[in-house]
Amino acid sequence: MVTTARGRTTTPTPAAQAFDARRARRVAEQVPDPELPMLTLADLGVLRDVRMTEDGTVVASLTPTYSGCPAMAEMRADVAARLRAAGFERVEIRTVLSPPWTTDWITDSGRRKLTEHGIAPPGAAPRGPVALVLSPTRRTVPCPRCGSADTEETSRFAATSCKALWRCRACREPFEYVKEI
Amino acid sequence: MSDEHVYLSLAEGHEDDARWAYGTGFEDPLHGVDTTVPEGVDTGQLAAECVALADDALVSAQRLAEWTTRAPELEEEVALANIGLDLLGQARLLYSRVGQVDGTGRGEDAYAYFRDADDFRNVRLAELPGGDFAFSIVRLLVLSSWRLAHFERLADHPDPVLAAIAAKGVKELTYHRQYAAEWAVRLGDGTEESHRRMRRALEQVAPYFGELFTACDVRDEVAAVLRQVTEAAGLPMPVYRPLPGAGRSGEHTEHLAPLLTELQSVARALPEATW
Repeated sequence: MVTTARGRTTTPTPAAQAFDARRARRVAEQVPDPELPMLTLADLGVLRDVRMTEDGTVVASLTPTYSGCPAMAEMRADVAARLRAAGFERVEIRTVLSPPWTTDWITDSGRRKLTEHGIAPPGAAPRGPVALVLSPTRRTVPCPRCGSADTEETSRFAATSCKALWRCRACREPFEYVKEI
Repeated sequence: MSDEHVYLSLAEGHEDDARWAYGTGFEDPLHGVDTTVPEGVDTGQLAAECVALADDALVSAQRLAEWTTRAPELEEEVALANIGLDLLGQARLLYSRVGQVDGTGRGEDAYAYFRDADDFRNVRLAELPGGDFAFSIVRLLVLSSWRLAHFERLADHPDPVLAAIAAKGVKELTYHRQYAAEWAVRLGDGTEESHRRMRRALEQVAPYFGELFTACDVRDEVAAVLRQVTEAAGLPMPVYRPLPGAGRSGEHTEHLAPLLTELQSVARALPEATW
């Protein structure tokens, strides 16, 4: 006997339970990121898993983007609040540290939304140890506004841990860039 | 919760204890992580290792934060604050791990705010006063190169939590080292004055190198990075002259206590406060 998402006390059929699990997943997937609110947590790749245990508890697993990301507690609270508001009474949020988050997990739709909002999406993240390179490296980050490849980095660090500051020499606009990690 | 604008959502009340600023009474950053210590792992050693790495990070973060409002340019202020924030995050995760394995069950705040200088195990290089921008860059170069090399090894540690914290930290530290190295070259190969200050900074940090290499041997790797940077910058490799004392044993310079007094002042004035 469990209390279902619909608030009745009943013995759920496997089909009903699978339905609830899918619904819980959809709810959690739609929670926006606190710092990049045009992206959902699913777009960002920080929502690693949503499942339902036999007693009807929704277990959502999140992974932090950066160790010091101050939005992590906010994300946890938002996912729990959304699930409760959707009728799931028992909610558990787990933190997953391994494997560490990489910008490669940002979905294609997430990348599109970033560009639409004037933020350049990341390129492919480096794999394995990165050697120190001191010679100037030529890399192209196309301007998310005008598409020009004539851009330059102004600062590798920006308003949030995950972004760098760039500017476009063609349209003269500064823009943010989600740096690969 | 306002989805459309992050600042609107910040102003709303939170029933779920989510907090944005750093202070006391935060949710454990290891919340919901499997905290079992594998058999065969010496919990005393594990706790000591995590404390040392967390103390390095916390004290470094505090020194980096001191540049806020006084860095040469806004971009550098943002960069140094970001690097400090990464280190603060690593410290929080590591302190939380210590509380799980040392048998006390204490939270991160107990380690950050309620220990005195004698109990801290950071290397002395981390606690030295900020000095000029050249000194901060050289110190960051040395500490981030060491920490990156050490964390690359720790990513294979038998404790899965420490291994995961280290694997995550590697990615962040790669950016820290790159930032410090690029500035070191720019300043060393810059004007007469910037070159002079970089030489002085290298001499100032050199006596503190030794402490970094006691626990694990990444000396060659760090030396190779320093050689690469100093050659590109036209600077001499610093000559290592060891100083007596060791931060890893709690023997600190006179600079750590005032740093902690400031860092811990609010938490100690209002030990029960949460915000």
